[in-house]
Amino acid sequence: MNPAVVFQARGLTKVYHMGEVEVHALCGIDLDLYQGEFVVLLGPSGSGKSTLLNILGGLDTPTGGRVMYGERELTRYDDAELTAYRREHVGFVFQFYNLIPSLTARENVALVTDIARNPMSADEALRLVDLGERLNHFPAQLSGGEQQRVAIARAVAKRPAVLLCDEPTGALDVATGIKVLEVIERVNREIGTTTIIITHNVVIAGMADRVIHLSNGLIQSEERNASRVAPARLSW
Amino acid sequence: MRALDRKLWRDLWLMKGQAVAIGLVILCGVATYIMFIAILDSLRATRADYYSHNRFADVFVSLKRAPEGLRRQIEAIPGVTRVETRVVAGVNIDVEGFAEPVTGLIVAVPDEGYQPLNTLYMRSGRYVEPYRADEVIVSEAFAEAHGFTPGDRLAAVINGRRQSLTIVGTALSPEYIHQLRPGGIFPDYKRYGVMWMGRKALGNALDMDGAFNDIVLELAVGASEHDVIDRLDRLLDRYGGLGAYGREDQRSHRFLDEEFGQLDMMSKMFPVIFLGVAAFLLNVVITRLVGLQREQIAIMKAFGYGNATVTWHYLKLVLVVVLFGVAGGIASGAWLAHLMGTIYMEFFRFPYLTFTLNAHVLSEATLASMGAGALGTLLAVRRAAALKPAEAMQPAPPARYRESWPERLGLRRWLSPSNRMILRHIGRRPFKSAVTVCGIAVACGITMTGHFQKDTVGYMLDVQYGMSQREDISLVFTEPTSYRARYELAALPGVRRVEVQRSVPVELRNGHLSYRTAIRGMQPGGDLQRLLDAELRPIELPSSGVILTDYLAEMLGVRPGDRLTVEVLEGGRPVREAIVAGVVKEYLGVSAYMELGALNRFMREGPAISGAWLAVSDGDELARLYRALKDMPRVAGVALRRQEIRNFNKTMNESLLFYTFVAMIFSVIIAFGVVYNSARIALTERSRELASLRVLGFTRGEISYILLGELGLLTVIALPLGLYTGRLLCWMIAHNLQNDLYRIPLILQPNTYAFAVTVVIAAAVVSGLVVRRRLDQLDLIGVLKTKE
Repeated sequence: MNPAVVFQARGLTKVYHMGEVEVHALCGIDLDLYQGEFVVLLGPSGSGKSTLLNILGGLDTPTGGRVMYGERELTRYDDAELTAYRREHVGFVFQFYNLIPSLTARENVALVTDIARNPMSADEALRLVDLGERLNHFPAQLSGGEQQRVAIARAVAKRPAVLLCDEPTGALDVATGIKVLEVIERVNREIGTTTIIITHNVVIAGMADRVIHLSNGLIQSEERNASRVAPARLSW
Repeated sequence: MRALDRKLWRDLWLMKGQAVAIGLVILCGVATYIMFIAILDSLRATRADYYSHNRFADVFVSLKRAPEGLRRQIEAIPGVTRVETRVVAGVNIDVEGFAEPVTGLIVAVPDEGYQPLNTLYMRSGRYVEPYRADEVIVSEAFAEAHGFTPGDRLAAVINGRRQSLTIVGTALSPEYIHQLRPGGIFPDYKRYGVMWMGRKALGNALDMDGAFNDIVLELAVGASEHDVIDRLDRLLDRYGGLGAYGREDQRSHRFLDEEFGQLDMMSKMFPVIFLGVAAFLLNVVITRLVGLQREQIAIMKAFGYGNATVTWHYLKLVLVVVLFGVAGGIASGAWLAHLMGTIYMEFFRFPYLTFTLNAHVLSEATLASMGAGALGTLLAVRRAAALKPAEAMQPAPPARYRESWPERLGLRRWLSPSNRMILRHIGRRPFKSAVTVCGIAVACGITMTGHFQKDTVGYMLDVQYGMSQREDISLVFTEPTSYRARYELAALPGVRRVEVQRSVPVELRNGHLSYRTAIRGMQPGGDLQRLLDAELRPIELPSSGVILTDYLAEMLGVRPGDRLTVEVLEGGRPVREAIVAGVVKEYLGVSAYMELGALNRFMREGPAISGAWLAVSDGDELARLYRALKDMPRVAGVALRRQEIRNFNKTMNESLLFYTFVAMIFSVIIAFGVVYNSARIALTERSRELASLRVLGFTRGEISYILLGELGLLTVIALPLGLYTGRLLCWMIAHNLQNDLYRIPLILQPNTYAFAVTVVIAAAVVSGLVVRRRLDQLDLIGVLKTKE
């Protein structure tokens, strides 16, 4: 039997109005994402992958089509419901970490655990990303890789149903990038969080259960890896 | 337009809210400066013009009585160019249909019509016809108060004789620009009037035919006023001269001078504050703008723009904002000066107001504002212009934070992450935070100055009329009278209590220091007039020695126990010594006091009195009492305490309201300018952080708390500082307004503090709401895509 469907998207379209020009970011996407799945979204700039991720994460709303999150229709949520949805169910990791500079590593994580319903402790989340040591350092005192691991700890500490990563290694060197991917992989494996990574980097596709190629706002192809490659064995 | 200039206008458009907020602060600075200077210049110019056109005298003296023949000798004093001898007397006026006692001054004018000095400025009707004993010209203010027009009639008791008079004209005089009943504090045009009558007729009425009791002189340019006064005093010694004085001691002139001094001080104090705040704001905003434009500056420099060009570019941006403020400030300052002008015309009876706005004032205001703006900006711009292009093109290093001091003190676990963010953010930019706090504090302080006048004058009245002068009616006799008058007064209808006094004009001297005033002899154990010590407790009059107003003791450099020379200015003009027995607290005027018996002994005269204080019961008897007082020929002046208080409320409220309103508007602008700019800068600096929080699931309310909580906290810190600043500003005002006419105590009522706090909080809340609206439009996605 298939694992439970977490997201079900049907006929998803998104049109941006840039002045007098209409940009069709998504042109009718149908997609199911399953519980515990590790998905990599690949595609060139402007293919619509970030738009898709933003809609799934409740940061944006589609122009047409609908998204079901479990039994509920995400696309009908109003702003307050979307805020609550992000607060309870979604973990985000961004290319530029987006840590709060005035809070230490532990406090950045605590920021989320303070408002989530069933979080792990901040220390536990930081141990999960191998950052048990530099808990009381401010972002400005951490390296890029360390900052990104804090961001991951912050994203997973609430035990989200889904972890959405937008170019998580984009700003990092190879060795640090791999370390970060290991952490994401471990969270997916150990906590069973549905994980979606969008990237330009084709190499990362090797560690996914499923790889989805986007182009011009449409799903071009989909493939399932027979086995997931450990991040340590990736290189680019 | 060059591309760089186009960038300037676009940048300005992007920061229009902040530009307007700063421009408004500059506007306030320029407006206050222009307002105070313009009204001051206008009043000065008007007074000078009026004085010269109407030949306002240079030296004044009153005396008992001298024969007209003395005039020759006065004219012969070197330096004297014109002399007018005249008769002047106090009168009781009876206005039909107006029950309360009205007193006034009647001044003789030449029958021939040519007035050598203090020429009347006729406002309506005509000049008196020669030798007519039933014609008077009345002061315009008095006529307006009673609705008199030429042809109307009134009665006056002159020298004990009741005379029916016809008003033939209304006029103004340079001598009575500020018209006050002797001993009065505020003009009361209904109960005190100045009238002019032909010299011959008035002379007859006062038994002064061929004699005079008042002289006004004009001096040659460069003549020594001091020498003339000296000679005049010696000449008039045997005619009961009361001591000559120059313009600076002439009552109306003196009041105007004091008012001008106050305006002058305000014109120095307030613009400096406003321009200081504006310079700080410009510095903060431009520092931020330049910070955001590091990369653009680098690119401009990479393309070959020089440091000077880049610096000039940003300076131009600042100057546009400054010039906007200056233009608005000049316009609103001129408008406010006009408004003030109309208020002043109520107090000061000028025939016209020559509105003066000197070009040098405009250029001073412009240069000062540009200077303040440029100074505030130069540092920020220089720092940006000095960056190497390669360096500037790199993103600015990440913000460094550290734990705030409350956390280091161990309060950490009590603070939520949001509160920690607020504290650490304040701590990271202590200078900027301090500027915000100072700005808000100044706004708070300025609001208080608006209310201070009301508080302090209210307090002075409380002390004067609630604790010290508690009589209902005070009256003065035409000349010292026997003690028996007391019983006559007590028998009048409605009189509950009578206390008597004697007033003796004197010159008090200590070495080279001297002051002309009156010693008042007061009944021991008096309840209607009491002397108060520094703690405002009533004091007992000692059986000998003289008591001085504390300020008078200071002026004369004497302390209790010291000796003082007393030259009596009436009768045989004896010169005696007196011991200073103590000092008393008084805010209005300065005076000397003795126990009545002691004063009579000091004068070596029997029991005589020159005035009385009455406590009366309300009701029907009051009208009969007024009637009876009007018919008593020896009663020269009557003042009603209740009326004095009402006068204050009526005449002062209007002008105080204006000050309060202007001060409030300006402080709101400062508070708004400071808080709004801080909020906008914080928003630009932290939009990325706040958007990240929104993505993490924080609500709009929660991120608003983080951003606005900081401003809230700074406002809360600023408030006590602001109340202190307000006290300091009020102290500066009060301290600069100490003179023998009045001393202003530093009194601030709780209401004033509460009002200032309310105004500042309201301004902060409004700026918070404006910024909050922008928070709702945060671009959650875009902000995550870019590195700052």
